[in-house]
Amino acid sequence: MSAASSAFLEHRRGPLTGLSDLFWRRPKLLVFLLLVPPLLWLGVIYVGSLVALLMQSFYAIDEFSGMVDYDVLTLKTYGELFRPANLDIIIRTVLMAMAVTLASAVIAFPIAYMAARYVRGRWKAMFYLAVMLPLWSSYLVKIYAWKLILAKEGILNWIFAQLHLTGALEAYLGLPVVGGGSLSISYTGTFLVFVYVWMPYMILPTQAALERVPVNLTDASSDLGGTPWQTFRHVIFPLALPGIIAGSIFTFSLTLGDYIIPQIVGSSRLFIGQAVYAHQGTAGNIPLAAAFSVVPIVIMGLYLWMAQRKGAFDAL
Amino acid sequence: MRSDAPRAPWGLKLAAGAGLVFMIAPLLLIFVYAFTTEERTYQWPPPGFTLQWFGVTWGRTDVWQALTLSVQVATISTAIALVLGTLCAAAVSGSKFFGREVISLLVILPIALPGIITGIALRSAFGMTDIPFSFWTIVVGHATFCVVTVYNNAVARFRRTSGSLIEASMDLGADQFQTFRYVILPNIGTALLAGGMLAFALSFDEVIVTTFTAGQQQTLPLWMLEELVRPRQRPVTNVVAVVVVLVTTIPILLAFYLTRDGDQIAGSGK
Repeated sequence: MSAASSAFLEHRRGPLTGLSDLFWRRPKLLVFLLLVPPLLWLGVIYVGSLVALLMQSFYAIDEFSGMVDYDVLTLKTYGELFRPANLDIIIRTVLMAMAVTLASAVIAFPIAYMAARYVRGRWKAMFYLAVMLPLWSSYLVKIYAWKLILAKEGILNWIFAQLHLTGALEAYLGLPVVGGGSLSISYTGTFLVFVYVWMPYMILPTQAALERVPVNLTDASSDLGGTPWQTFRHVIFPLALPGIIAGSIFTFSLTLGDYIIPQIVGSSRLFIGQAVYAHQGTAGNIPLAAAFSVVPIVIMGLYLWMAQRKGAFDAL
Repeated sequence: MRSDAPRAPWGLKLAAGAGLVFMIAPLLLIFVYAFTTEERTYQWPPPGFTLQWFGVTWGRTDVWQALTLSVQVATISTAIALVLGTLCAAAVSGSKFFGREVISLLVILPIALPGIITGIALRSAFGMTDIPFSFWTIVVGHATFCVVTVYNNAVARFRRTSGSLIEASMDLGADQFQTFRYVILPNIGTALLAGGMLAFALSFDEVIVTTFTAGQQQTLPLWMLEELVRPRQRPVTNVVAVVVVLVTTIPILLAFYLTRDGDQIAGSGK
């Protein structure tokens, strides 16, 4: 590499140089050539598959043969989504996604606030890793950890027993909706695991938004006689809101499409993801599975539209 | 930058600390369970501690096969994602053209949409085109959603790489390929490495898309999933869980050290 060390590279002659000159004269050609492979992959394979899936939802299954009838386009499959049983699944999933998002925002905010405004230097790096490691560690291992925690003979029941609170836990499990036979087969269990797995996605966008709140605004607020609570309520929180909404896109979307968590920890009542899985697998009803998978896409479309109006995308 | 960082109110400290404990304690619990002597239940506290399950797991061919497959899939998917992600990032940051936003959206879409939709879409596409499920169908799925981590890291680095460096290189007589080799690549190298490692971690851990694109093959997450649904060999699962945590933790720590000066890209969405 003596040529490289002398700063001036040996001037090459050959097809590559010609090509290089061509790209220099026609930069658009270079951009085009750069984009061909990724566009072929993502545009053709991925978007092609998505479109093919959506097309399936406009066919219906023949009730006698159980085969998909490819001759007629119909909205009948979408009609089936509005049957009470299917509507229940959709409402249950959306309510769970909302509850998980709210809880995540509440748990994530103090962590993000601390990381954005108070910790410095080494501690900041520690904080960052403490958030990143759970965020990136294995999804299945995280669920597995909660299977261990929520087990009847597991640590949570043991803690309640040590504190002589087993009675309180049993009273809670006796409640309608949130209760159940045990924690691992109740909505509460599903909710806890959802929050655990998706909450870390809320922290980073919230922290990023909080870091962008100018310090002189909070100083001005206290100079004008605002109490810390008033400063928080009227200055910091409104400015952090786009970040929280940006984080909620992840928690909401990820909860909406998940089918493994409610299958492993929870009651036998289905969520959207499980319905899609069941219809495409054992039931063999691809059109209904496709129609079901349109539901989260539509809900997320609406959600993203609202989020954009709140300026959440600038906070991503 | 203020010089005197104010002291945090104790309520905030408490809430943030509790939040961090909530995030980290369950992962630590996994490590304790890997050493338990109890085989049939998830009993807490563990009745005793032993190292025997590490030996048992070491001797298990099914675990080794699943691990090998996962590493192979992750390696090839990462390689594909590196090429596609870098090309995309170079095209998007090198110029302003109509449809830039569309490209960004296209790259992010595979992880923005729920995994089950990506999975089922690919599965039905493979079904319609009569492509048999194989090692390569798993790779196609993984590479698709891995592009984004490489893309995000590379775009951020391209943005920080000053255009005058490239112009200087050209002024000194280098052609575009030489400029790429001697100026651009050394500049974006660590960002690509970081993006690649995150892509590897993402692929190594993926289960939802894989359930749809795998045939008979079993990746390590698919092996885990089966154990989660129908626990049969709890001690071996405990050890595998620890190994998985370690295997995904190391690339994340490395990626953090490679990109810590300035860009915080690592966490932007999984």
